Amino acid sequence: MKAAKNARSRKKTLSRTMRKKSRVTERHAKKGAPVPSANDLHAVLRAAATGGIHLVDLTQTLSSDFPPIVLPPEMGQSRPFRMEEISRYDERGPAWYWNNVSFGEHTGTHFDAPIHWISGRDLPHNTTDTVPIGHFIAPACVIDCSTEAKKDADFLLTVERIKAWEKQHGRVPALSWVLMRTDWSKRIDPVAYQNLDATGQHTPGPDPDCVRFLVEERDVLGFGTETIGTDAGQAAHFSPPYPCHYYMHGAGKYGLQCLCNLDRLPATGALIVAAPLKIRRGSGSPLRVFAIVPGR
Amino acid sequence: MPERAARPQPKNPILRTRQPTLPPASRSRVALGLTAAAARGCFALQVCRDCGAVQYPPREVCGACLSHRLIWRPQDGKGALITETTLRTAQELYFRERLPWRVGIVRLDAGVNLIAYLHAGVGAAPCRVRVEAALDRAGQAAFVAIPEKGRPDLSDDPKLREFTCDPRGRKILVTDGKTSVGQAIVQALVKAGADKIWIGEAEPWKKISGLEALRALPQATVIPLDVTDGGSVQELAGEIGGKVDILINTADYHRTFSINSRRGVETAQLEMDVNYFGLLRLSQAFAPMLKARAADQPSNAIAWVNLLSIFALANYSPHGTYSASKAAAFSLSQALRAELRAAGLRVINIFPGPIDDEWDQLEMPPKLSPASLATATVEALKGSVEDVYPGDVAQDWVARHLDNPKALEREAGEGAR
Repeated sequence: MKAAKNARSRKKTLSRTMRKKSRVTERHAKKGAPVPSANDLHAVLRAAATGGIHLVDLTQTLSSDFPPIVLPPEMGQSRPFRMEEISRYDERGPAWYWNNVSFGEHTGTHFDAPIHWISGRDLPHNTTDTVPIGHFIAPACVIDCSTEAKKDADFLLTVERIKAWEKQHGRVPALSWVLMRTDWSKRIDPVAYQNLDATGQHTPGPDPDCVRFLVEERDVLGFGTETIGTDAGQAAHFSPPYPCHYYMHGAGKYGLQCLCNLDRLPATGALIVAAPLKIRRGSGSPLRVFAIVPGR
Repeated sequence: MPERAARPQPKNPILRTRQPTLPPASRSRVALGLTAAAARGCFALQVCRDCGAVQYPPREVCGACLSHRLIWRPQDGKGALITETTLRTAQELYFRERLPWRVGIVRLDAGVNLIAYLHAGVGAAPCRVRVEAALDRAGQAAFVAIPEKGRPDLSDDPKLREFTCDPRGRKILVTDGKTSVGQAIVQALVKAGADKIWIGEAEPWKKISGLEALRALPQATVIPLDVTDGGSVQELAGEIGGKVDILINTADYHRTFSINSRRGVETAQLEMDVNYFGLLRLSQAFAPMLKARAADQPSNAIAWVNLLSIFALANYSPHGTYSASKAAAFSLSQALRAELRAAGLRVINIFPGPIDDEWDQLEMPPKLSPASLATATVEALKGSVEDVYPGDVAQDWVARHLDNPKALEREAGEGAR
């Protein structure tokens, strides 16, 4: 009974968020905003060259050593990254080196499109080929949870924690990425990175209320983490299960996971460039994510 | 406490590693009947269906009545060693390197004479013996006379040890130590006196019980190996390929789907990736290195074992895609066998029926325990065979397969086993 009520209220929440989102999108495209000149763009490049701004790579290297998501073995499995040589200056191709690569859409540092989750399956522009190009560059709010995550692998980001952050850095702007810094990416041993035991995975993530707050009250662009999945390792047992996937994608928001170098970003002020591969009806894609950061 | 064979003295690195030589390998097609039986550990001779005569050497027709209705029938091999000699000179390189060698003529109780290698336990002629068909290093049937009483191991005889792939004192790679079968095989190898065992571990973040216990064994080293990753296979071959005497491929991806009980091809591709392409990757990386050390006495590369499935012979439709991947691996193992045979290396295929593990949970007994499968694997190495069908289901299937493959296809396709 209670579950049914919850499901109803979730549905309501989603449709409300959707309405809000369309308003935001209109605002985004509003005419009359100052149009940057070629000189403005060149100034950005000059600043990058001279140290006025710098770029931070937030991407893990795609390799077979990077662990994929673990699911029960009877379920469908996401393929890990694999590379097979086509030729390497040899009889298979004398002057050239190249490879065939294969991987699941959700491999390495990757982007989750709304269609990835059942809650986002019927939204417009919900696939990798249709997400608006205007969303590929967006500001980032970096919430530093590294101290907590170090103490507790199952640490959950809460609304209170977000509000405390806002007190210090200002309100999370609409259509910005919220990136949960845990320094989890510094665990270079894949066993420690997966952190599985007999009760499943133990990695930090947001709690359900926190996700609803970011979606409904802050209208963020998406949520990003350093772990495998935007949800906490134990999120299968949350209500709803995998709330970050459920609420974010249900509201047309995105996910970024397996990020790194979040410790090199300021709390605010960085721009994230994250453009997934244009895969027809794709649910996600590995991608190169980097940040444009003011200052040296 | 398992016994470890004394380590041979390290070889002198300035001397050339010896190259393998083989005993004469040519056989007529009809004579390959001896090899076909020996490959399964069976000594069989032609018997005439019309006059009942037992015949040797094999011919197209019965030497007694000219009937062509000849069948191969298992023999008990009992007979008398009537004369013996010790070879001291030979033109064939293989024998030249191994002389002197004791051979003799055995008069089988079944009525035929044949020449056999004499096991060290056989007394001076005349005496009672038992003849077995063993596979020599060329992979062909050869006769070995052993004492009539008792069952001495071929490897007790320093020359006939070559007819076996005895794991005692060997360095062995078990490609996947995370399955119950892989772990049981490691334990059995330890018991059989293996000198060193490398145990492959894929996806180290998935902790599987049992592997920690193996890690503690003094003979064992757990090493990263994922047969779906060419780079991983190449890297390991670079590290230990020049040391491996026996490779046992236990990597197995078993999902239990028919064609229509799983949508799409993802699972089937993974089965192929482990069961077929995994074997191909291992073959490309390790086979050349094993061949290079095939005569690297006293501790030479000697064998390759594939863990296949009886469902490689005929598709068991409830596990349809798995069966197909094992059939593909079986076919590839024949190519590997053809290549390795030239260096005197043996490829042993194990064809178990359902195993008592999580993937065959819903199969009815009898099921083969991982420990029994491991024992069968080590016995195959200690013996002189190429194809092993351990357990009741496998024995039943192979008998039906030999009798009428089309009938087995129909029976297996109806889910009957």
